[in-house]
Amino acid sequence: MWSVWCAGEEKRVGTRTVVVGHRPVSETDAYVAQKFCDNRIVSSKYTLWNFLPKNLFEQFRRIANFYFLIIFLVQVIVDTPTSPVTSGLPLFFVITVTAIKQGYEDWLRHRADNEVNKSNVSIVENAKQVQKESEKIKVGDIVEVKADETFPCDLIFLASSSVDGTCYVTTASLDGESNFKTHYAVRDTTVLCTDEAIDALTATIECEQPQPDLYKFVGRITIYRSNQEPVARSLGPENLLLKGATLKNTKRIYGVAVYTGMETKMALNYQGKSQKRSAVEKSINAFLIVYLCILLSKATVCTTLKYVWQSNPFNDEPWYNEKTKKERETFKVLRMFTDFLSFMVLFNFIIPVSMYVTVEMQKFLGSFFISWDKEMYDEEIKEGALVNTSDLNEELGQVEYVFTDKTGTLTENSMEFIECCIDGHKYKDCISEVDGFSQTDGPLKCYGKAEKSREELFLRALCLCHTVQIKEADQVDGLIGHPERKYTYISSSPDEIALVKGAEKYGFTFLGLQNDFMKIRNQKNETEMYQLLHVLNFDPVRRRMSVIVRTTTGKLLLFCKGADSSIFPRVQQEEIQQTKVHVDRNAMDGYRTLCVAFKELTQKEYDKIDKQLSEAKMALQDREEKMAKVFEDTEADMHLIGATAVEDRLQEQSAETIEALHAAGMKVWVLTGDKMETAKSTCYACRLFQTNTELLELTAKTVGESERKEDRLHELLMEYHKKLIQDVPKNRGGLKRSWTLSQEYGLIIDGSTLSLILNPSQDFSSSNYKNIFLQICLKCTAVLCCRMAPLQKAQIVRMVKNTKGSPITLSIGDGANDVSMILEAHVGIGIKGKEGRQASRNSDYAVPKFKHLRKLLLAHGHLYYVRIAHLVQYFFYKNLCFILPQFLYQFFCGFSQQPLYDAAYLTMYNICFTSLPILAYSLLEQHITIDRLTADPQLYMKVSDNAMLQWRPFLYWTFLGAFEGLVFFFGAYFLFQNSSLEDNGKVFGNWTFGTIVFTVLVFTVTLKLALDTRFWTWMNHFVIWGSLAFYVFFSFFWGGVIWPFLKQQRMYFVFAHMLTSVSTWLAIILLIFISLFPEILLIVLKNIKEKNHQTASFDLPILVSYKRIENGYVKTEDAVTNLTERYPLRIL
Amino acid sequence: MRNRDPETRGSSKALWRGPCRGTEGWAGLGWAGPGRPLGKGCRSGGAGPVRSSGVGAACPWAAAPPCETRRRLFLPALRRGEAAYVGAVVNGHLVLTAPVQFNIDYTGTEPSSPCNKCLNVSWDSTPPCTCIINFTLEHSFESNVFMYYGLSNFYQNHRRYVKSRDDSQLNGDNSSLLNPSKECEPYRTNEDKPIAPCGAIANSMFNDTLELYRIDNDTKTPITLIKKGIAWWTDKNVKFRNPTGDGNNLTALFQGTTKPVNWPKPVYMLDTEPDNNGFINEDFIVWMRTAALPTFRKLYRLIERKNNLQPTLQAGKYSLHIGYNYPVHSFDGRKRMILSTISWMGGKNPFLGIAYITVGSICFFLGVVLLIIHHKYGNRNTSADIPN
Repeated sequence: MWSVWCAGEEKRVGTRTVVVGHRPVSETDAYVAQKFCDNRIVSSKYTLWNFLPKNLFEQFRRIANFYFLIIFLVQVIVDTPTSPVTSGLPLFFVITVTAIKQGYEDWLRHRADNEVNKSNVSIVENAKQVQKESEKIKVGDIVEVKADETFPCDLIFLASSSVDGTCYVTTASLDGESNFKTHYAVRDTTVLCTDEAIDALTATIECEQPQPDLYKFVGRITIYRSNQEPVARSLGPENLLLKGATLKNTKRIYGVAVYTGMETKMALNYQGKSQKRSAVEKSINAFLIVYLCILLSKATVCTTLKYVWQSNPFNDEPWYNEKTKKERETFKVLRMFTDFLSFMVLFNFIIPVSMYVTVEMQKFLGSFFISWDKEMYDEEIKEGALVNTSDLNEELGQVEYVFTDKTGTLTENSMEFIECCIDGHKYKDCISEVDGFSQTDGPLKCYGKAEKSREELFLRALCLCHTVQIKEADQVDGLIGHPERKYTYISSSPDEIALVKGAEKYGFTFLGLQNDFMKIRNQKNETEMYQLLHVLNFDPVRRRMSVIVRTTTGKLLLFCKGADSSIFPRVQQEEIQQTKVHVDRNAMDGYRTLCVAFKELTQKEYDKIDKQLSEAKMALQDREEKMAKVFEDTEADMHLIGATAVEDRLQEQSAETIEALHAAGMKVWVLTGDKMETAKSTCYACRLFQTNTELLELTAKTVGESERKEDRLHELLMEYHKKLIQDVPKNRGGLKRSWTLSQEYGLIIDGSTLSLILNPSQDFSSSNYKNIFLQICLKCTAVLCCRMAPLQKAQIVRMVKNTKGSPITLSIGDGANDVSMILEAHVGIGIKGKEGRQASRNSDYAVPKFKHLRKLLLAHGHLYYVRIAHLVQYFFYKNLCFILPQFLYQFFCGFSQQPLYDAAYLTMYNICFTSLPILAYSLLEQHITIDRLTADPQLYMKVSDNAMLQWRPFLYWTFLGAFEGLVFFFGAYFLFQNSSLEDNGKVFGNWTFGTIVFTVLVFTVTLKLALDTRFWTWMNHFVIWGSLAFYVFFSFFWGGVIWPFLKQQRMYFVFAHMLTSVSTWLAIILLIFISLFPEILLIVLKNIKEKNHQTASFDLPILVSYKRIENGYVKTEDAVTNLTERYPLRIL
Repeated sequence: MRNRDPETRGSSKALWRGPCRGTEGWAGLGWAGPGRPLGKGCRSGGAGPVRSSGVGAACPWAAAPPCETRRRLFLPALRRGEAAYVGAVVNGHLVLTAPVQFNIDYTGTEPSSPCNKCLNVSWDSTPPCTCIINFTLEHSFESNVFMYYGLSNFYQNHRRYVKSRDDSQLNGDNSSLLNPSKECEPYRTNEDKPIAPCGAIANSMFNDTLELYRIDNDTKTPITLIKKGIAWWTDKNVKFRNPTGDGNNLTALFQGTTKPVNWPKPVYMLDTEPDNNGFINEDFIVWMRTAALPTFRKLYRLIERKNNLQPTLQAGKYSLHIGYNYPVHSFDGRKRMILSTISWMGGKNPFLGIAYITVGSICFFLGVVLLIIHHKYGNRNTSADIPN
């Protein structure tokens, strides 16, 4: 091996070679230093000098910005009616706001980077400690880290201040697991715990290239001692200290840097989180295309008509208005083209430039309301909801499928030891009110049926077979009160703590692990010592773990605990039956069961296992497989001792939440890794399945284990398919969510069956299994998938996500095993639970408890959706009625592209006069109070299927905008038939005409918003009346000064003169009233209609936008009475 | 006021058989005068549906589902509705003292017209073609009379036209005077001399002269036409200024510029009075305010009421003397002279009155309908809602 390495094979992709302390192994070695990146963490996107070009490039890649850039350029190049400023300024504004936002975010990243990069670290160089900035660490440096410091890069643990070469590490900032993990130094270097000693070490490390998996590491260290054969040791994750983790309870450690900077596992993990886009954006783009078509057709119509009109020579060029020489000489085709472009420019405001920036601001600011929500604050963990992305707020109001994890999501994940069975005898804690710990003399007496020795063996097994650690209590005076209670148990799995505590109740107390010796105190209050030889760690594939210990008498024992399915095949078959009864019953009751087995090993056997394990650990390739094989061989032929039952209590209100989600028309699927029986009882408990739900099972049990699986599966599928789809009368087919009307079905499927369906083993003409299965699923109210691997969870989510109509999916989970489905779903929600923070870190939103989902979806989601939908529709509407008069004016000005409004108005309309009211509305509006939204889940259905952004409401808004545009223009047109509008006979010109139209426009669109606003805060008042006041003030100001930089003083005193005319006042008031009249009328009619229908009358803001619920949901009446009970004041 | 209603109405009907149409509109409005009680009923009708939706605490039947939000929603609606009625009613009264208007088309397209001979006049025809049109005013103009000229099919709002001016030149900026803006093309320079005032608008300034004579027993008395006070004060005093320099001699100040191509004489000879000459000539300023629509009117002269005893213009025969210089036939245009009195609401305009009456009626009608609907269905609701 060594010679191969020498030959320069190190450059192969798989591994990297690190020379510890940069000391060449031997002088003769032709060692070429490999290039590694430095230890700088760069999470920022921009630097000072590339910010401008890079950011601009990024921004103009957006289609809307690019469009406005083109318009701007056209204005600069072609002689267009409006100056380039009119579209340049809004574009500049939008670009600047976005750039400032992104620049600020990047500045924060820079600051965070610098904090990490510039922090001081001690590096051992030439037997001395040198202080260096963190970013200067090179691969191969020996780094010293002191207690409570964070590791500056990924280190191989060489030596620590404790003699046994261990250190404790918390990875809270990496995966959120706050328990202390023990890491082990390389065995041969543990003694090198001074600067001098560590400096004398000559070694090379060969390890794999950086990869993002936090829990995987494979490497080998070769240590050279003078005049000795080099020693090679394997390195695993337990030797690797990750950047970002913190050293605890250990004074200091030495480590050698292997991965630095952007190659550390932490940095690799933070890269490339996929971007999720919301469905609303798709609607916006569709509307944009419509408006683009309107724009193009307007421009085409105008250009055509212009040339028709101009075919008459005295229209084209009357004597009073001659063309310039240049104009005359241009080719007609070119002239037409520039005319077309000019019309485009004139009407380009119909596509709202500021909409994107408003939408973005709305999302960004709006997301604070979730994190500020006091009702989602959890006292226990002292945290509220967390928003990781603001892009998906409105998607929360569109969810159709909810995929939830069970453990830790529906349940508390705080385990309680309920009972156990030893050799088939049930032991239930009958003295639970007294803390079992004090009952030293046999609390088992009430069920003491099994042999005493078996009982003790079982309890010892519980005490020994785990990876629980003891954490000393911080306060010293803990000794006075309860001397025994000055520690707490910490473990990555709450089950283990429950088991250890359970054993404690029965008199066996785990006292901790010292120098490989586990101490337990037995019922007779004696301390027993066991040497811990090996821990065969838990993994989800094996679903079991084992320890090998040596008793003081020298006996070698292997204890194993795990899921029944993984234990039963490995024990003596005749022992199973009696225990199985208990296990099944416990599972039915919703408890989590574990089986405990043991076996005695002879020294010879142990030696063999020890050797195999060491070999496997040393292996560089396929270590996982080799380890698995050894485990498989070791954990065999055991003796079953008993089983435990641990209760995982339901989270508070999880049943109510599920019911509410159901009532809101969502389908809830539970995806769990748990046993079917346990999961099923949990589902009943949290009312996912009702008593009248007919269950369809597709599990190993119903399908059977034989090789005829597939046939049986086929039969079952066909049977269910027939039942659910073919037998249902077709007339309900068109109606969505028809299941609410008929018999409810629930489906249970397990992992193995699912994989059979998704990946049929043979080509069995069964490719449409998946389809049939999907159809069945979609017809069921509730689906329970148990025994799921993390990837299968994601597979299910993807399958549903890609069905016809692409429903919006939401995944909620708390553990690392839910991450894949959280990432897969449209909206991923993490629970800040006990299984670490990985889920919440990868989620889009994180909440402390499952019950918070109710408010998050029913209230926040609904409101966000209504807000953004209204925002989008309103934006298109207000720009349509802004531009339509301009279009109509072309018919009266000889299609000459004469703008109706002054350039300042064109520019400021979207930026200043009408932007803030809609922003405030879209942030604060609660058209239905939050309490009512949460109380009545049915309201959620009203916005389902993107109801407010369908074509119907869009058409309504478009017609409204068109109507108002017509009113504005023709109102002013007829008004101007008058000889004079002033009482002194003087006349108004075209700019007054435009200003009247514009004034009516600004007031109408703002008042229209005021009509829609149901929830008035001082902010709404401020921005709505403030905008109007600002418009008036600005108009006076703009018209009050001769502006030296303007070529034409068109607006000079136009506004003031306009207001001196009484007719104008009357006309403006009248036109505003007429414009708003249909809206008012519709509201009145709607109210009357609703009252006559005697439904609970909700006053809805946008009349046609809401989807009608087809003749009632089964529970309508319940919901209404419910509502009236809860809100009597509101109804009466 | 109400006493006078029928009388005034009758007279207006009798009077306005003349050339000005649109009396029907005003007659319609006049109906709103006696219809005042209707307005009142209207208002309560308007309130009806609103109350029915739960505004008034006074309405017992509205107690069923009132709700804060709804009140907020409807109050503005109610107020605006009321405003419409009040407005309609008020307007109805205003109409009674409404302006009267007389207008005469002197384009001369018809062969019988006295101005037909001038139809194909060109800019430089000397001496100017003149024509005289006699007309009869069938009723007297009581208050101040405003004389307008009107043009049709004249696109003052054409983009090329609108922008063809230099406001800094007109504001007296000396550098712009000699170097006008490019926007003035092709009316920027003539024979290498800058045009003052430049641009198409100035170049096409209306230059017909209109004089009014009263024919009394075959003697023609000229009527005094005041040419000042027809432009916006701010335009006359701030926006338009003559160039500044040594002395007040406009001829010297406009040295180095040339007159607009179509003008017979340069800008400093527009008028004899110095405060109405050059760029601050009011006829010029009025022309420079471009009209909104292709058919427009511009204020030409004022006729002041002399004393309180006599109307400004008595009913009788008049004659209009036209210095016909402005060719409109080439682009199918029309020229009119309009005499009008003005109320505090401005000139005669049926639009506002009709619109207010129509909207008011619709509101009233809907109010009644909704009230009926409410009474019909509201009671049922009340009983149904009581258990709650």
